[in-house]
Amino acid sequence: MNRLLWEKENNMIHDRYQLAFKLYPYERSTDQDADAPVRHPVVVMGGGPIGVATALDLGLQGIPVVVLDDHEGIGMGSRAICFAKRCLEIADRYGCGQPMLDKGVIWNLGKVFHDDRKVFEFNLLPEEGHKFPAFINLQQPYFERFLVERVREAQASGAPIELRGKNRVDDVTVHDDHVTLEITTPEGPYTIEADWLIGCDGASSPLRGMMGLDFEGRVFEDSFLIADIKMVNDTFPTERWFWFEPYFKSGASTLLHKQPDGVWRVDFQIGWDIDRKTELQEENVRARLDAMLGEVDYEIVWTSIYTFQCRRMKKFRHGRVLFAGDAAHQVSPFGARGANSGMQDVDNLGWKLGLVIDGKAPASLLDTYDTERVFGADENILNSTRATDFITPKSKISHIFRNAVLDLAEQYDFARPLVNSGRLSVPCVYDGGPLNGADALPGGPSRTRPGSPCPDAPLDDGYLLDQLGGSFVLLTIDAEAPDGLEESGIALRRVALSTSGAASGVLAERYLGEAATGVYLIRPDQHVAARWATFDDTATRTDLRHAIGLE
Amino acid sequence: MAELTLTPNLDRPDDFYAELIAAHDGLSEDESAAFNARLILILANQIGNTQVISAALRAATKPDR
Repeated sequence: MNRLLWEKENNMIHDRYQLAFKLYPYERSTDQDADAPVRHPVVVMGGGPIGVATALDLGLQGIPVVVLDDHEGIGMGSRAICFAKRCLEIADRYGCGQPMLDKGVIWNLGKVFHDDRKVFEFNLLPEEGHKFPAFINLQQPYFERFLVERVREAQASGAPIELRGKNRVDDVTVHDDHVTLEITTPEGPYTIEADWLIGCDGASSPLRGMMGLDFEGRVFEDSFLIADIKMVNDTFPTERWFWFEPYFKSGASTLLHKQPDGVWRVDFQIGWDIDRKTELQEENVRARLDAMLGEVDYEIVWTSIYTFQCRRMKKFRHGRVLFAGDAAHQVSPFGARGANSGMQDVDNLGWKLGLVIDGKAPASLLDTYDTERVFGADENILNSTRATDFITPKSKISHIFRNAVLDLAEQYDFARPLVNSGRLSVPCVYDGGPLNGADALPGGPSRTRPGSPCPDAPLDDGYLLDQLGGSFVLLTIDAEAPDGLEESGIALRRVALSTSGAASGVLAERYLGEAATGVYLIRPDQHVAARWATFDDTATRTDLRHAIGLE
Repeated sequence: MAELTLTPNLDRPDDFYAELIAAHDGLSEDESAAFNARLILILANQIGNTQVISAALRAATKPDR
């Protein structure tokens, strides 16, 4: 009998990993004593960052949502560490961006080394006029904890969210109009039903397995050893240092990156044919670190070895079941496109599912979640694959070209854009997206064309994205329009801005370009749906209906 | 007089690099070397100016370390 079956028969659920924070201990639910399976509008499988964010998005809309996780809290180990601007903006919309920003480490300076030479250094030179920086470094358990704390706060003010720890889904049956879930708990099994099931259960998604769905892509034959260490005398600057073929020979490449609490992430590329157990022995980890750091005292906080694949599911929607985050797509860690893109999935899915459940949009609107996020996943896979191919060249000739780029970059500016140790994670523009409407703002900036995520801009009092919030918005800049309108059950809220204020130069640059006035139709996920020079009632209504999948 | 450009000039550097590496997929080392030789000759003809090509040859020479 296999372990899962044995556990199921004995009502046992063993932890697969150690917890950093026990935040949702098992509690008996009334569903477990119900005579017939209780039906829930939305069930989320997986209480990781993407599952909890999904619950927040829906719960804050007032939609009841139940999150099931086979553990009672957040796993140990820092794992994801780079959280990008768009991800933080989404978290901010849910009300937990600020604690992340407060805790996180902001960095702008990076240095690239080859062997014992510095090839060049770069400054991210973040664009001014955004509430959030390009990136923060933050251990994943903190990111998750801030999300769960926000859930607790939202629950206290009435958001219908339930987090159920030690609730392991062992089987699902997908019907045309609902899903049945068989759940095991420490107190025995029970059954519930869901109108909609969201799979946020990670790269090895049990749900995907239960449904027999594909997950194809490219395997990279390399292993990476992570050591998170605490320096005793911390004199290292807050910079990202990346070595290609480092002189200290601790790996084929090495990354050094700062996290909060004085912890440094060191990431060694150690090859494919390795013995994990041997490599993870403390003296062997220390041998690599000592070669790199020299006479420095440090304490090892966490170690792990990972390998990765770049792959995705063919489709993210399967009838009443939707997949998000690593369960739907997996990328290499270079370029920070894992957790960051998962948050963009949630951002995209939340409002669409909300409208479908409220009966304001047809279920086919959820097919556009699939179209848009598959598009995003492909872009992320492309970028992270390219960085991986540069960092770990797979043939002699690509190794020769890689080192030629590094040699030239040391002397000549032209070769520096070719050096790829991971590109800045940016949200994708849904160019040609199924929900995009008119692009009728002559002279308007390319960066705010339909499909684009709205770039933030400073206002005299706060920031633009705070004004947009999470509902459909008609943004008018120096343009006349009614203060609000209602179309097909959607209350379109107007945000009226002018460029006469002190901080408005940036707003004009990002949203008007050469145009004198501008009117934007903006989706709840803060992507541009359509834009015009002036307000037109019919055009606005048409594109709003289009943006919710009505025509 | 034309000068050798040593500042960034590629419109899409990542696309170029990926296409360059992909062009070598499946080639043996000798075939790759021959491919590179042909590519250099084609690009040299595109540049046309011998002074610029001479400057490029000097820039590509690996400095002593």
